[in-house]
Amino acid sequence: MKRNVAIIGGGQTYHAARRHDVDQAEMVNEAVRRALDDAGMTIDEIDTIFLGNMEFFEGVHMTDCWLVHGTGAYGKPGLKITTGGTVGATTVCVGAHHIASGLFDKALCIGFEKQEEGDTGAILSGVAHPLWGRSLAGAAVGYFATMGSSYMATWGATEEHSAMVAVKARQNARKNPYAHLKLDITIEDALNSRMLSYPIRMLDMCPASNGACAMVLADEKTAKKRCKKPVWIRAMDTAHNEQFELDWRFVDTKRPIFSKVCAARMYKKLGVKKPAEYFDVFEVYEPATWAELIWYEDLGLCGPGEGFRLVEKGMTNIDGPIPVNPSGGVLSTNCIGASAMLRVWEAALQIRGDAGGHQAPKDVRRALTTGYGGTNWTVMTALSKTLDD
Amino acid sequence: MEEIKHYEPFEVDQHLTANSRYYAGRMGSRFYVALRDQQKILGAKCPKCNKVLWPPRSTCHVCFSELTETVEIGPLGTVETFTVVTYNEPVQPRKAPFVYAVIRLDGADTGMAHFLDEVDLDEVHIGMRVRPVFARDRKANILDIQYFKPL
Repeated sequence: MKRNVAIIGGGQTYHAARRHDVDQAEMVNEAVRRALDDAGMTIDEIDTIFLGNMEFFEGVHMTDCWLVHGTGAYGKPGLKITTGGTVGATTVCVGAHHIASGLFDKALCIGFEKQEEGDTGAILSGVAHPLWGRSLAGAAVGYFATMGSSYMATWGATEEHSAMVAVKARQNARKNPYAHLKLDITIEDALNSRMLSYPIRMLDMCPASNGACAMVLADEKTAKKRCKKPVWIRAMDTAHNEQFELDWRFVDTKRPIFSKVCAARMYKKLGVKKPAEYFDVFEVYEPATWAELIWYEDLGLCGPGEGFRLVEKGMTNIDGPIPVNPSGGVLSTNCIGASAMLRVWEAALQIRGDAGGHQAPKDVRRALTTGYGGTNWTVMTALSKTLDD
Repeated sequence: MEEIKHYEPFEVDQHLTANSRYYAGRMGSRFYVALRDQQKILGAKCPKCNKVLWPPRSTCHVCFSELTETVEIGPLGTVETFTVVTYNEPVQPRKAPFVYAVIRLDGADTGMAHFLDEVDLDEVHIGMRVRPVFARDRKANILDIQYFKPL
């Protein structure tokens, strides 16, 4: 990057299925005030504001306009970002680019979703192609179900393995006061939960959450002057597939799919040879259990077809050698526009040592985060504790 | 939670209807007319990549070549992956249970997502050979292929 960029503060709301007590602007404002407090900054000091959410999920266009009083963007430059599931990470990416370029020194990035306010199922089917997919497609479950079918048939994993991911996420969420689904569940509970779309059961899927996350990014000079524990954004990358290249669901595909391409490019930039050793914590975007197992493989934490062995051996537990989603992840909290930003913010908390009850019990110096958007698009972000890491 | 509630939350219900009209384009129009009038399924050929793409499109997404050639694909195909949908929600196209599969038609290099009917739910598997059942009353939309069924 042209200039170094640091995360100098952040905050999130308590995520929940119901937030009848606030409107969208009030909910966004909760996260914004927490982020400013954390950064020790006033809104007047912020140069530019970027807001992201899932397009039209609340049935409102131009949320950047209607939420100005919540975001603090009054009279300030900024942009609205809408890149589906990845939007939270894209918003951080856009903020970082604006600082790295030298255009601005302090950027506020915000992601939010108030899922209870819109017909999210219907609007999500609007993501399907109008000519080729819309008369066939339902909501998001089917995509991950076909991925799970392929994973089991190809590698010999069983429903027990997805249940292990379901349990790990919700048990980690119980350690995170902000998480939505803090469920004290067992593998048996997961296996007995209602079948939605084979092999996806109720507890294999994320909830529909309301919530927001905000982060303050700054250039190196500001970060060093103003922040005791800056977390550095070392690299970011984005990769897309084509919508109808359905190969991302075939887990043994030989094609250069988005997730693998993005990870390879990122590792090359950073000189990473063994990602499972290089990074201390991972926060991945897993709206369904099977997606987490596939991320293990696509990120090169293990070989192809070995992802389910990692969870089986407890390698990716919060106290394991490769902690994945100590926060409870998307499986426990999915306020879509904030979800990918929460991955970055939670990873930053881990590096700062400020994750509290869900802090991984190890020296966390580097972390990697991912996002999914339309499920064939990713944004990845690599964070570090110092500029030497 | 620190949010304190001293008031009754006020709720406003709204309903929005929005209609759209889409044009299928140079390749899509050929596909839909061939499907409706001849029960033929067309893909687009990329001579540079030597791939046949479905849905047909005018630009190869990999090499960016302009595509003009269509080739007939299928009608037989192979199930690449599937799910058995067993829950109902308003946006779903059908009532559960139904099978939704990604089918690679013979001669194509990409999959087509569609319904798989006339099949025992326990028998569905990856690698299953299937054929399309065309709708009797075809209207040039993707449901002119009503569904696929096992050979």
